Amino acid sequence: MQYLIMLHFPPGKGPQEGTPEYDAEMERWGRLNDEMRKAGVMVAASGLDPDAVTTVRNHAGEVAVTDGPYAETKEILFSFYVIDVPDLDAAIEWAAKMPSAEYGSNEVRPTVGYEQA
Amino acid sequence: VTTAALERAYRDERALVLSTITRRLGGDIALAEDVVQDAFVAAAVEWDRRGVPDRPGAWLTTTAWRKALDRIRRDRVAAAHAPDLVQDVSYDLEDDFERSSVEDDQLRMQFMCCHPALPAEARMALTLRSVAGLTVPEIARAFLASERAMEQRLVRARRKITGAAIPFRVPPDELLTERLGGVLRVVYLAYTEGHVATRGEQPVRGDLCDEAIRLARLLARLMPDEAETLGLLALLLLTDARRAARLRPDGSFVGLDEQDRTLWDAARIAEGTRVLERAFALRRPGPYVIQAAIAALHAQAPAWEATDWPQIAALYAELERHDPSPVVTINRAVAVGFADGADAGLAILDALESDARLDRYQPLHAARAELRRRAGDEPGAEAAYAEALALTSNPAERAALERRRRG
Repeated sequence: MQYLIMLHFPPGKGPQEGTPEYDAEMERWGRLNDEMRKAGVMVAASGLDPDAVTTVRNHAGEVAVTDGPYAETKEILFSFYVIDVPDLDAAIEWAAKMPSAEYGSNEVRPTVGYEQA
Repeated sequence: VTTAALERAYRDERALVLSTITRRLGGDIALAEDVVQDAFVAAAVEWDRRGVPDRPGAWLTTTAWRKALDRIRRDRVAAAHAPDLVQDVSYDLEDDFERSSVEDDQLRMQFMCCHPALPAEARMALTLRSVAGLTVPEIARAFLASERAMEQRLVRARRKITGAAIPFRVPPDELLTERLGGVLRVVYLAYTEGHVATRGEQPVRGDLCDEAIRLARLLARLMPDEAETLGLLALLLLTDARRAARLRPDGSFVGLDEQDRTLWDAARIAEGTRVLERAFALRRPGPYVIQAAIAALHAQAPAWEATDWPQIAALYAELERHDPSPVVTINRAVAVGFADGADAGLAILDALESDARLDRYQPLHAARAELRRRAGDEPGAEAAYAEALALTSNPAERAALERRRRG
C-alpha cells in the first residue's frame, strides 16, 4: 500500500534557517530518511519550493496558467513523501516521526494505485 | 420457519460472519459488508428450498466467502491487489467459524471500527453495526438520524477503512493502551448516550445501554488482563443497576440523593462489584476503575446520608490527576461539600470561575446552586438555579432542576 504524505507548516513556526535548532532538525531529517531507506519503505521524497508554485488548468480546451497554489491556505506545503507500507498504522508511525509533525501537519493520503510506475 | 431462522441469524450471527469474512479479506470491510448481505439474500432462497442448515453461521460464512471470491475474480482491479485470495478457493471456512476465533475477530473488528482516523460519530455507528450487530434503522433511531443518512455515514466510514487500509487487528503493545482507550471511550459514550439521552424527548434509551454493556462484557472477556476494560464493565454495571430508580413516571430524573434504593438491581451491583475487585487486583487503576469504585461506594451506601463522602472525594481527586476535566472537579466539589462542609465545596468551584468557557456549563451552575443553598446563601442559590435552568434543554433534566429549586 502506498501513501502520499504531504508536509505542511504554518509560516513562522518551527526552527528558522541559520539557527542551531534548524541544523539539528536537518540532521534528524537525514537520520529519518536513512531509516526509511533501510526499512525499504521510501518510494519518493522531496522538498518543495513554496515560492515558485504554478497552477495549470485546461478547462474547455483552453490552457490557463496562474501563479500560486490552487487553494489559498495559510499553511505552506513544503515537502512530500511517497512510502510503501502495509497499512495506515505503519504510515501514521512514519508520519509521526517526521520532525515537522511537532509544529506543522502531516497529511496522509492512500494512493489508489491505478497507474503504478 | 425459514423467516424466523433468518431473523435469528441476522440478529445473532451477522456480526460474527462479517468479522470472519473481513479478516479473510484482509480488512476490506466494504467488500465484506456487501457479500455478507448477498449471503443473507441467498439464504432466504436456499433455506426455504433445502431447509435451514445445522449451523447457519457457518453456512452464511461459506456462502459469503464464495460470493467474495466471485466478486474478486470479476473485479480485475481488486484481483491485481489480492492475488493470494483468488488462489485460496479451496479454503474451508466452516472450520474457521469456531467460537474462539470468531470472538478474536470481533475484537479485531472493534479496534478497526474505533480507529482514530475515523470520524468520532462513525466509530460508534460502525461499532454498533459491525460488532453489536444492530440494524441500520436501530442505529439511525439511536442517533435520531434518518436511515439514509446513517447508511451513508456507514458506507463512507467503510470506504475510508478499505481505502486507507486501516488494519484489521488488535494493535501491537506499543499502540494498545492508546487504542484501547479509544475503544473503551466509544463503548462508554454509547452507554451515556442511552443513559442521558442528549437528543430527543426520550430521557433514557435502554436498548443502547444494553448494547453498550454487551460490548463491555465482550471486551472484558477477551482482554481480562486490562484493568481499564474490567473497570469500564464494572462502571456500566454499577451505574445501570440504578436505572429503574432514575426516572419518575413523568420522565423526570431522580437524583442519587432521592432515589428509592430498593429499586436498585442487586444482581447487577453484585456482578459489578466482583468485576471491580478483579480490576483492582491488576493494580493499574485508571479513570474507569476509579469511576467504578465511586459508583460502588454509592451502591454500598444504605442511604445518601450514609455515603462514604471522604472516600469519594479522595477518589475524585485521584480521577482529577488522571483525567482532569471540569466535570470531575465539579463532582469533587460536591463530594467535598458533604465530607468537609458546603463552604469547602464552594471554594473548589470558585477555582473554576476563571475559566470563561464554563460560563455556559450547566452542571457548574447546578452544583453551585445546591452548595449555596446548603451553605445558607438563599439568594445566591436562587441566582445559580436560574442560570442552570436557562442552560438546560432536556425536559427531564429541566423538571429535576425545577424540583430542586423548589427544595
